[in-house]
Amino acid sequence: MTEASLTFRDLTLGYFSHPAVHHLNGSVARGSLTAIVGPNGSGKSTLMKGIVGVLEPMSGEVQHNDGARVAYLPQQSEIDRSFPARVVDLVSLGLWPKRGLLGRFTAEDRASVSKALMAVGMEGFEGRPIDTLSGGQLQRALFARVLVQDADLILLDEPFNAVDAKTVGDLIALIKRWHGESRTVMVVVHDLDLVRTHFPETLLLARQPVAWGETRETLRPENLLKARRFNEAWSDDAPWCEAPETAAHAHPHRHDGRDHHDHDHHDHHHHDGPAEHLHAGSGKA
Amino acid sequence: MYDFLIAPFADFAFMRSALYGSLALALSSCPVGVFLMLRRMSLTGDAMAHAILPGAATGFLLFGLQIVPMTIGGLIAGVVVALGAGAVSRFTIQKEDASMAAFYLISLALGVLMVSVRGSSVDLMHVLFGTVLALNNDALTLIGVITAITLFTLAIFWRALVAECLDPLFLRSVSRFGTPVHFIFLALVVLNLVGGFQALGTLLSVGLMMLPAAAARFWTVRLEPMIALAILIGAVSCVAGLLISYHFSLPSGPAIILSAGVIYLASIVAGTRGILNSRVRHHRHRTA
Repeated sequence: MTEASLTFRDLTLGYFSHPAVHHLNGSVARGSLTAIVGPNGSGKSTLMKGIVGVLEPMSGEVQHNDGARVAYLPQQSEIDRSFPARVVDLVSLGLWPKRGLLGRFTAEDRASVSKALMAVGMEGFEGRPIDTLSGGQLQRALFARVLVQDADLILLDEPFNAVDAKTVGDLIALIKRWHGESRTVMVVVHDLDLVRTHFPETLLLARQPVAWGETRETLRPENLLKARRFNEAWSDDAPWCEAPETAAHAHPHRHDGRDHHDHDHHDHHHHDGPAEHLHAGSGKA
Repeated sequence: MYDFLIAPFADFAFMRSALYGSLALALSSCPVGVFLMLRRMSLTGDAMAHAILPGAATGFLLFGLQIVPMTIGGLIAGVVVALGAGAVSRFTIQKEDASMAAFYLISLALGVLMVSVRGSSVDLMHVLFGTVLALNNDALTLIGVITAITLFTLAIFWRALVAECLDPLFLRSVSRFGTPVHFIFLALVVLNLVGGFQALGTLLSVGLMMLPAAAARFWTVRLEPMIALAILIGAVSCVAGLLISYHFSLPSGPAIILSAGVIYLASIVAGTRGILNSRVRHHRHRTA
């Protein structure tokens, strides 16, 4: 078993007591390249937010390697495009993990920003205001920022949306380069052909993992059918989900196939050890 | 020319005090105003100014026209409203515009209630509309301290503040500065409004913050020049306003803000990103 970059322990993430990712167990091997696929509302973006830490788990945990740097490219970025910044300012944000609040940018830092812009095919765009960029150019600039971040774990949420074929090719080449540099990369993708061609591992998610492992195996028709049957809707009267092994101080947790939660955020009890909620294909070597 | 531009300041100490005080305010509150504008919080400044009024009025009612209690009162009221509104928007689904409106209206109503119970006074007009021509040494010291704190804080948190404006989700993904820097910024807004009310009154101090910033937006697409230009516009407005006030016997606070207002209106029309330029240049284009 290779070293894990990320380990999920009974991870449940969600909003307003409804789970979007339900009892996820397993680990992501260091240096692996994983596609995350699944229908809309299946918890892909939520899982990424949970890994980055911008969303607190309802229960369980995400365990990172100590000191691992994470770069995250969200699906709906909150970038204010009217802010008076240049491309180089945007990409330089990627220096934050290295320089922090007060560290000076060195000549080497500026060189790494230029190199990153060159790598995404945007040399000469340094001084352009960000509100003059097209959607695809902005996405390239954001990839340049990920390059500058020099992270061990790279999370990309639907990076190929509204991007032309040439740009998709360029971005895929970058992802493969990161993979070649033994960084751990996880990408939310909708295009299954793209996944089959370029991604060795796949996690098929439908609130709970439907299958997780080698791509060809994961994307078998019966798995895809299972994912497609996934019911996206919540219902407010869904039963509670109970964790059987922690009866004394359980989060109520009843399964009826639709899986709804009322985890109390202020409750500090955790499910200790592996929970009994191993779903089909949720473990991974 | 000398008589018009220089003599008032050379001959009268109160004019010099007013000049120093208002220039320091411009140096301090114009950069804050630029960030307020870029964060689409321009009206937040206005709401905060209303929120400060009851605190300052309370200090005035209890201790008379003294700078320390009025400043402390204003600071307390402002911080309570800023923290309350900021916390509601950060930790609930309500957006900041709604929570800010709710909190400042509560604060304002409370202040009006207190003032009416304790009886009003002509001097209260000073709180509302300021007395830049009667800035004493205490007030100048206070403004100087506020300016120093503001510039120092902006210098320290510059990178976080820019990141929080430009891409807040990114900042949250790489550091824990996002929420603190937002509150630090709100504190700077309150501090500068409190500093301004001595000179311009609670209601007009927001004018020196926002108008130069709004005007500077029409001239540049870079942050640093925008801030420098806002400070310059603020300083020019202060000098012009004081001179107009002196020569035509007009109230100084409104004269300063109206000077900034004239520059703003001129910038809309003539700025490099103003109406004339974007209209005229719209049809001329390069080959690539």
